[in-house]
Amino acid sequence: MEKSNLQILTNGIIKENPVLVLVLGTCPTLAVTTMAKNAIGMGLAATFVLLGSNIVISLLKKVIPDKVRIPCYIVVIAGFVTLLSALLQAYVPDVYSALGIFLPLIVVNCIILGRAEMFASKNSVFKSALDGIGMGIGFTFALLIIGSIREILGSGTWFGLPITVNLFSPISIFVLAPGGFLVFGCVIALLNKLSNGKAVKRKSFGCESCPNAAGCANAGKGGCE
Amino acid sequence: MELFRNLMYILVTSVLVENVVLAKFLGCCPFLGVSKKLDSAVGMSSAVIFVMLMATAVTWPIYTYLLAPNGLEYLQTIVFILVIAALVQMVEFILKKYMKSLYKALGVYLPLITTNCAVLGCTLLNLENHYNFLESLVNALGSGLGFMLAMVLFAGVRSKMESVEFPKSFQGIPITLVAASIVSMSFMGFASVADGIFR
Repeated sequence: MEKSNLQILTNGIIKENPVLVLVLGTCPTLAVTTMAKNAIGMGLAATFVLLGSNIVISLLKKVIPDKVRIPCYIVVIAGFVTLLSALLQAYVPDVYSALGIFLPLIVVNCIILGRAEMFASKNSVFKSALDGIGMGIGFTFALLIIGSIREILGSGTWFGLPITVNLFSPISIFVLAPGGFLVFGCVIALLNKLSNGKAVKRKSFGCESCPNAAGCANAGKGGCE
Repeated sequence: MELFRNLMYILVTSVLVENVVLAKFLGCCPFLGVSKKLDSAVGMSSAVIFVMLMATAVTWPIYTYLLAPNGLEYLQTIVFILVIAALVQMVEFILKKYMKSLYKALGVYLPLITTNCAVLGCTLLNLENHYNFLESLVNALGSGLGFMLAMVLFAGVRSKMESVEFPKSFQGIPITLVAASIVSMSFMGFASVADGIFR
């Protein structure tokens, strides 16, 4: 069944949310969500790259030979990441330094490579652009939720504004590494609970949505385990 | 002696204190995905150590002698990822042809490593920290060993988890993440260990 344009756009935000439903891109999700502001910055940065790479890859889908498509996608994505880091460094240097190493690491973000492989290489330019925007908004939204929980519990602030001063003293473990894993796990468990186990599509970490599955001999045969 | 002390400091920091997965969140996907069984965890992390060392040995000279003198630093992301992709492909060919037994052990994991952010992250962090060539190699080795340590420990935790019942909504991914959180918490105990010993 052909999806309408609106369905493509909302698909990434709710039904196939890349972080909360497909559980992709765990590294940036955990690393930059110590503050809501950084979460938004990372989300928008990834949205920009997703939009750009989806458009270019969908334009080039007839030109790129099938055998070397993954390196080609990586070059396109890396190009946009380089462009983006130059722009951020020039206009919003504090976001640039807050994202640090995770800005160049957008190149290996499996959401972006996954969308190139699964959507942009098969669909028209307009639809790929919509898909990129939808997935980007979904990613930003998920990061914002996790970032807000961690910032409120861990630093007692939200977007830098103090809000829990009189309620409780901040529990700093939430802005440290263990808190990232914990909050992410609990958010997914909560989604499972609210939807009776229907929302979260990936039941375990495996090959299903690994961008390398195409080049991997073990894909589908019980994965890399 | 000073040199040795400095290198040991970098090694201990990257293995225990600033563990690549549990503190820096690099390489979470393979950490969570391939840690179900001990032997696959060991295979994957040996491949990561191997590629990390090779990638550092290649990208550091490229950056220092080719990109930096010509004012091309902004190209580092593109160049590094292409170098790593080519390197992984080449290693796969060589192992397949000349080292059959090693290929059997690591071959499955090699294609997965191109997009492992721990490898790209490690090469970028080496430059960000202004490490020299030797320090970069030690840091790459330490990061790889840290990755292996985290994977092996976590594989043990997960094999224990298999015989335990969880609330239904926590089954699968959520409980894996919560377990990772506890393992990560235990690594926080190493904070400032390296400073205490070597500084």
